[in-house]
Amino acid sequence: MSHLCIDKVVVRFGGIVALDGVSFEVPEGEIVGLIGPNGAGKTTLFNCLSRLYQVHGGDITYNGRSILSLPPHRMTEIGIGRTFQNLALFHNMTVRDNILAGGHPASRGGFIGNALRLPGSRREERRLHEKADRLMEELDLTAVANEGVGELPFGTRKRLEIARALMSDPKLLLLDEPAGGLNHDEVDELAERIHGLRDERALTVLLVEHHMGLVMRVSDRVVVLSFGRKLAEGTPDEIRQHPEVIEAYLGKAG
Amino acid sequence: MTHLLEVNDLHAYYGPTHVLSGIHFSLNKGGITTILGANGAGKTTTLRALCGMVTTKGQISLDGRRIDGSACEEIVRMGVAHVPEGRGTFAALTTEENLKLGAVTRRDKHGVTQDLEHMYSLFPRLKERRKQQAGTLSGGEQQMLAVARALMLRPNLLLLDEPSFGLAPLIVAELFEILGRINREDGVSMLLVEQNAELALDLASHAYLLETGKVVLSGSAEEIQEHDQVRRTYLGY
Amino acid sequence: MDLFLQLVLSGLATGCIYACLALAVVTIHTTSGQVNFAQGEMAMFSAYIAWSLIDLGLPYWLAFILTLAVSFLGAAMIQIFLLRPMAQASILSHVIVFLGLFTIFNSTAGWIWSFTIKPFPSPFPEGSVMGLIGFHELGVLGVVLVLLAAVYAFLNFTPVGLAMRAAAENPTSARLVGIRVGRMLALGWGLAAVMGAAAGMMIAPVVYLEPNMMAGILLYGFAAAVVGGIDSPAGAVAGGILVGVIENLAGAYLPFIGNELKLSTALLVIVIVLLVKPSGLFGRTAVNRV
Repeated sequence: MSHLCIDKVVVRFGGIVALDGVSFEVPEGEIVGLIGPNGAGKTTLFNCLSRLYQVHGGDITYNGRSILSLPPHRMTEIGIGRTFQNLALFHNMTVRDNILAGGHPASRGGFIGNALRLPGSRREERRLHEKADRLMEELDLTAVANEGVGELPFGTRKRLEIARALMSDPKLLLLDEPAGGLNHDEVDELAERIHGLRDERALTVLLVEHHMGLVMRVSDRVVVLSFGRKLAEGTPDEIRQHPEVIEAYLGKAG
Repeated sequence: MTHLLEVNDLHAYYGPTHVLSGIHFSLNKGGITTILGANGAGKTTTLRALCGMVTTKGQISLDGRRIDGSACEEIVRMGVAHVPEGRGTFAALTTEENLKLGAVTRRDKHGVTQDLEHMYSLFPRLKERRKQQAGTLSGGEQQMLAVARALMLRPNLLLLDEPSFGLAPLIVAELFEILGRINREDGVSMLLVEQNAELALDLASHAYLLETGKVVLSGSAEEIQEHDQVRRTYLGY
Repeated sequence: MDLFLQLVLSGLATGCIYACLALAVVTIHTTSGQVNFAQGEMAMFSAYIAWSLIDLGLPYWLAFILTLAVSFLGAAMIQIFLLRPMAQASILSHVIVFLGLFTIFNSTAGWIWSFTIKPFPSPFPEGSVMGLIGFHELGVLGVVLVLLAAVYAFLNFTPVGLAMRAAAENPTSARLVGIRVGRMLALGWGLAAVMGAAAGMMIAPVVYLEPNMMAGILLYGFAAAVVGGIDSPAGAVAGGILVGVIENLAGAYLPFIGNELKLSTALLVIVIVLLVKPSGLFGRTAVNRV
């Protein structure tokens, strides 16, 4: 089960109201696109969902249960994974190790078992390695498995972030601008990949993205934020023609 | 037409990895050239190589002067500004301090003050945030800051690595209009790497297509726009 | 009450000296990520240079200014000729070099000026203000505060200061706006040495001049830097003053501490602060939107 409900969420930074009573839902199996002008509060909302920011009003529930009392590291355990807009990878580690680090919260070995290298924890380690190998295969990362992350092309690092997020078997995946720096063909590929992930892994996806081609293609529904409020919500076609969205965000180019 | 930038047989390396294998290209004075290519083709590396951020072999001439092997900061002082991948904002400093740093090598105080106001008029959002730490700006705002900071140098050559990254479509359109204006009015030459190939080819007069570290296609923006493979891969029609 | 006030005021004065050293340590740490263990010995060496200049017959304040200038240049040279070539070396190599510098300054001072204790003049008259604070201590407060204000103004209100902060925060981006990061590092070393030199010359009349005079003081300086937050100049100053005052009060009011355990109080303060606030009193946890 995966059902995210954002209910009249308010976030303030000092005197600035970053989110001002935003409400919407992400039902199981849907891909929801979140768009809006710069500084509208999209990333702020993501940071609330991964419990990096405090919420000052309203509630966020996942499967009927409020997540606001949970610490950030519990988010992966209850099934919420994410990627970051400007990447949050371990730069001095290899691609494989970055992915393995993503599997840590789901590992069952326990600290003592790991320290003593008990058979159980070794089996667990092998399981994680196999899983990382499969994910690298799935996301075309096998060729760079042992390379350091630092000098990899941006698009490759973006894929790596998705692989790392998938290591903890999330039910809900939060993607922050996955199309950054990709050309038309690569965005097409990414769109198929996101659809594939949803279908094969029964994922629910919430996606922040400025690449309208991608958003309109993959989203079942699109939510538009502007100045911390919800401006519109609807199918990609409805949003494309929404006069206020065109004025505040898309422009005539959209 | 004279060349501002001439690149001959340029190789670049990250440790043992050979990223650029002998590329040739040139950039007209006052022109805008865009580099197209897939993820990993070497676009970002090309921009980095031009301003001394990676180990290179080969020749790079700026206005007839060899700059290959020069330190990054010296190349910048010759008027080459770079909007880097990942923005490179000074997170703990304020928006205004970031902008002033863009002009830190300039001696004309009066001009700097003028340009600061000019940037605020181009990007009103930055004016609202002038006293805020840059690290607290939203991703798109930081991108505007990165572009504005580069312009504060009053560069002869502007290297732009995905300037639209993280920007809303409306702002992207505005940004490209601003870039076009700066090119026309101030004669700033630009080398542009941009995911949105349509916008890039509209703005640019010349284009190169990079594949695994080699230039495989070059020509005027119109010619490249008509090229079958480019249309399919980069423009989607 | 008078005793308390007396203790606080003289604690403030020594605290200011710790603050100077702490600020020197923080300056080098923020610009290069390194901890200069030789900062105290360099300060001691500066004090000896001042002594020699005064011995040659120069007026105190001229010797003071000249010493600051020589210290600035010397430290900048050390950065350029010794540390720049080994910029890529490991942290451990740097630690070894700093320990080497420590020994070299210490023994060179002993070789030139001998290890026997020398008195060092104070530029301020003897006596005190209403029995509360000595003129020397008051003078120290004044000199240090002027120096700190100058450093603050330099870092916050001049283009070079801004460039230095930028180079410290993000060297790659700093190069991309044309800042010569190497020079900024040398400048950082020079500034640190100026602050160290002032601390050395201000404390020398109290502890007397000898090659090991700074050992304990540097520990207090480190304590101050860590307490304030190793990357925060304001924290270093506050930490220094705090450590100076606490040390003085604890030495007087907790009889079992006395003079012998004074140094341990500094360490105790570090432990307590770090337990409560790991990044130090003024330390910032990096702000960055993700």
